[in-house]
Amino acid sequence: MRKAENKWGRRALIAISMAFVLLMLITPLLVVLFEAFSSGLALYWRAVSDKYTLLAAKLTLTATFAAVLLNTAFGLAAAWAITRFSFRGKGLLTTFIDIPFAVSPVIAGLVFILTFGRLSPLHSFLDSYGLKIVFATPGIILATVFVTFPFVAREIIPVLEARGTDEEQAAALMGAGFFTIFRRVTFPHIRWALLYSVILCTARAMGEFGAVSVVSGHLRGKTNTLPLHVEILYNEYQFTAAFAVSSLLAAAAVIILIVRNIVEFTARKEGDGNVR
Amino acid sequence: MYVNLEHINKTFGNFQASRDVSFGIRQGALAALLGPSGSGKTTILRLIAGLEYPDSGDIRIDGLRVNDVEPARRGIGFVFQNYALFRYMTVFDNIAFGLTVKKEKPEQIRERVRELLELIGMAGLEKRYPAQLSGGQKQRVAFARALAPNPRLLLLDEPFAAIDAKVRQELRVWLRDMIRRLGITSIFVTHDQDEAIEVADEIIITNHGRVEQIGAPLSLYQSPATPFVARFIGISAPLADIGVLKGFDGASGVSGAVRPEFLKIYTREEDLQYREAAEDALVRSVAFRGDSLELGLDLRGLELSARYPLAKTPLSEGDAVRVLIRYVYAFEDGTVRLLQNEACGAASQEYFYSI
Repeated sequence: MRKAENKWGRRALIAISMAFVLLMLITPLLVVLFEAFSSGLALYWRAVSDKYTLLAAKLTLTATFAAVLLNTAFGLAAAWAITRFSFRGKGLLTTFIDIPFAVSPVIAGLVFILTFGRLSPLHSFLDSYGLKIVFATPGIILATVFVTFPFVAREIIPVLEARGTDEEQAAALMGAGFFTIFRRVTFPHIRWALLYSVILCTARAMGEFGAVSVVSGHLRGKTNTLPLHVEILYNEYQFTAAFAVSSLLAAAAVIILIVRNIVEFTARKEGDGNVR
Repeated sequence: MYVNLEHINKTFGNFQASRDVSFGIRQGALAALLGPSGSGKTTILRLIAGLEYPDSGDIRIDGLRVNDVEPARRGIGFVFQNYALFRYMTVFDNIAFGLTVKKEKPEQIRERVRELLELIGMAGLEKRYPAQLSGGQKQRVAFARALAPNPRLLLLDEPFAAIDAKVRQELRVWLRDMIRRLGITSIFVTHDQDEAIEVADEIIITNHGRVEQIGAPLSLYQSPATPFVARFIGISAPLADIGVLKGFDGASGVSGAVRPEFLKIYTREEDLQYREAAEDALVRSVAFRGDSLELGLDLRGLELSARYPLAKTPLSEGDAVRVLIRYVYAFEDGTVRLLQNEACGAASQEYFYSI
């Protein structure tokens, strides 16, 4: 009897999960594709190759690239510091890294407006050097960095923690310098985690809407990222164009997911194999 | 002395890991730092290596004070407890690491690594990764890696702890012979007295951050300087009051310990030499130890351990025996005195180590 119950329980759980994914994730994705191509390929192509779409895509890629670069540098430094040294405020630092996960992106955007906008004393200082942060590319990069801040550090800290410091100590005792130790001893341990976190960070950075929306100012062709562009098109009742641009983002997401799975698979294979 | 520690103190927060530690090791010696866990032995090793810095006191190697010399320049080879082999490097690259860091010529590095692979009996395995090696092989690679840059002092932190018991014995002998052959001054940390006694020519016994005694294994065993050493080395049974034993009335109120070889077991009354000093005891346990039986005895509530030759009348649990306690260790003011049973008098000149 029990066994039969388990079997039914199992089936029910699988069915619920499947139905949920189908309803909440697959269907909307299909709708996006369907709507994008509903008025024919020509219209799709026109929306995708539109000047403003291309500019938005360029800005999105720029912001994503900058955010990934900055967060990788920060994530490595923070993970190294947190796992290798003991210092005052270590717990605080660890907690602070998580703030972007807890704070709403809209608030993050507003914070940047208040910090760098017209009302802030910093504004006139930066302005005297001709630096524009808010309603310009730097602001969009900052907002993107903020929301994707924890990804790299969060992914690498557990790996470094589990690994311990023995190998690094051994290398240091033999006279290896910091960069030699990092390159030859530490990096091989974290390379898969790092790649994985960079992928996640990229995905999140490309899709960021809330924080970027606040600091952008929606200047078409100047401060519009792809997600913002989608919103504008939609609000202008250009549904086909909106869905066409959306399909670009969706395609990027799918590619990222595939790459992520390949990375995961390769990392696991290497982990199970001889080189451990 | 080649390696000298002078009045070393080291604290970690509230914990004093080293208290006025002083000792010297002569060149070419193979020394063991032996003590229970938390006794400060690993701290001493790490201080010598420069992985920790002393709060006070001097460390000298070959006459030179090395306190302010950075670890990599002290000329030390270090074998970590879990070997700390570089997981993502081959055996070759592991052994070569110290030399590549020093920017030695590639052909010299290859030559040296080949020599060391030969020495540790692992020629042909240089392309393997650490995960593909057995525990014993890993230890050999760690050993070779530490030796590659020709250090003047080799330090080993619990070198046998991570190896299963079967291989451990074999590896102990291997390591001892290898170190003797190379003549390199070496210090290893262990909590296993058998290991220290078997491998080292000199043992430094630590307890609560202090050095209790330094000496050759035999001298530590025969003449322990402190109650701790008397209890720690060998198998000994503690005695709260020596005076309760027959023939030791003069030492009443003094605590001490008794070793198995201090006891003589009699099964027949007519063999007894000093009838008035003999005690009655019950055999509690019998364990076969190859050449003899190890007996657990109950002597008026005291638990004692004794050796009994196989050749004699076999004994089993529950048997009543007569026991002559010929010697005990008496602990007074932190020192150890060997007391002879008063009843035996001067007649008994035979020393222990006879069953």
